[in-house]
Amino acid sequence: MQNTNVAYDSKVEGEIIVTQADAVINWIRKHSVWPMPMGLACCAIELMAVGASRFDISRFGMEVMRFSPRQADCMIVSGTVTYKMAEVIRRIYEQMAEPKWVVAMGACASTGGMYRSYATLQGVDRIIPVDVYVSGCPPRPEALLDAMIKLQDKIGRERSVKNLTARNAKPTKEGSLALAGAGKES
Amino acid sequence: MVESEFAQLKERFDYLSARQSADHSAVNCPADKLVEFFTVLRDDLGYDLLVDVTAVDWDAQSPRFTGIYHLLSTTKHEYLRIAADCENDIKPSLPSLCGVFAAANWHERETYDLMGIHYDGHPDLRRILMWDEYPYHPLRKDFPLAGIEVPLPADDVAEATGVAVLPAPMMGGPFVSSADGPMSQTEPSARDESWTEQEEKPTE
Ligand code: SF4
Repeated sequence: MQNTNVAYDSKVEGEIIVTQADAVINWIRKHSVWPMPMGLACCAIELMAVGASRFDISRFGMEVMRFSPRQADCMIVSGTVTYKMAEVIRRIYEQMAEPKWVVAMGACASTGGMYRSYATLQGVDRIIPVDVYVSGCPPRPEALLDAMIKLQDKIGRERSVKNLTARNAKPTKEGSLALAGAGKES
Repeated sequence: MVESEFAQLKERFDYLSARQSADHSAVNCPADKLVEFFTVLRDDLGYDLLVDVTAVDWDAQSPRFTGIYHLLSTTKHEYLRIAADCENDIKPSLPSLCGVFAAANWHERETYDLMGIHYDGHPDLRRILMWDEYPYHPLRKDFPLAGIEVPLPADDVAEATGVAVLPAPMMGGPFVSSADGPMSQTEPSARDESWTEQEEKPTE
């Protein structure tokens, strides 16, 4: 792996240690995802089922659902996003602390779903960067759990230290969509 | 409402006329008499529950808009539908019934939002579903289902994301199902599936 960050190299000496730092950070992050349930429509009912005992999201270390964006790092957009609500979602997303991830749960959040209409945003990825899309209307709880495991894999593959130093090195323009996704591997 | 009751009503309020209806009894009432009529219905005739306030857009006809009200009598277990034509086709208006039934408040806001009917005397006639600055009334016949391009309600979000309220891709829709035939053949489908948002809809 090419590490281009010289300042970091001089401190820790050697690329292999950087990889280990990534591994440690990612390992910590992926087993303590704090989801923020952005329940907007019927999909939210399945999201509740995922949190309940039968499907039990806590098996994957994600049971700490937070209703405050400042305490959460993974927004699960479960439901139909109207244009009126788009603004709210964007603001809540901006309030979440980095690193943060987004799961678009269900057809509506992913593409607008069956709501081809004047009132519905045709996919939440138009306003916030999405990491994992889940198909279904609504997706089965297993599907959401699968998506969360996929998200864990994705977190595990991130170059966290590099992202962190990159973020600290150049302050990002507030609210820019391109840079809001900077914490992610491309 | 049984025939005799309509006759009674008619005797008392000579401005009423019978309205054709497939289910519940229905009457036409002139817009300026609505408040008076509803007060009597509520106080003297037992129609104590306002179930629905809505409107019909008759498109090219005049009068173009008709306000529709559904009342239920919880003692007689009877529904009554009252229709009132709006005189003005360009800026339709009806008297507000908030003073008679408090339940009319949000219903009238909804009808104002989606149909553009102004309810005179409404205490707080704001949009209830669409955002306040939205320029159209989406349930009118001349409004396309996919929508019309307008800016996103929040300027800063629109600036940061470059998103606007765009007409939705209809992908050959709107999807319709034929009313008769076996269920296996009445799945909703597009009348004309040959176009998407990338390919123009062929003009017949
Ligand atoms: S995808 Fe289906 S279940 Fe989920 S919010 Fe949309 S309509 Fe409801």
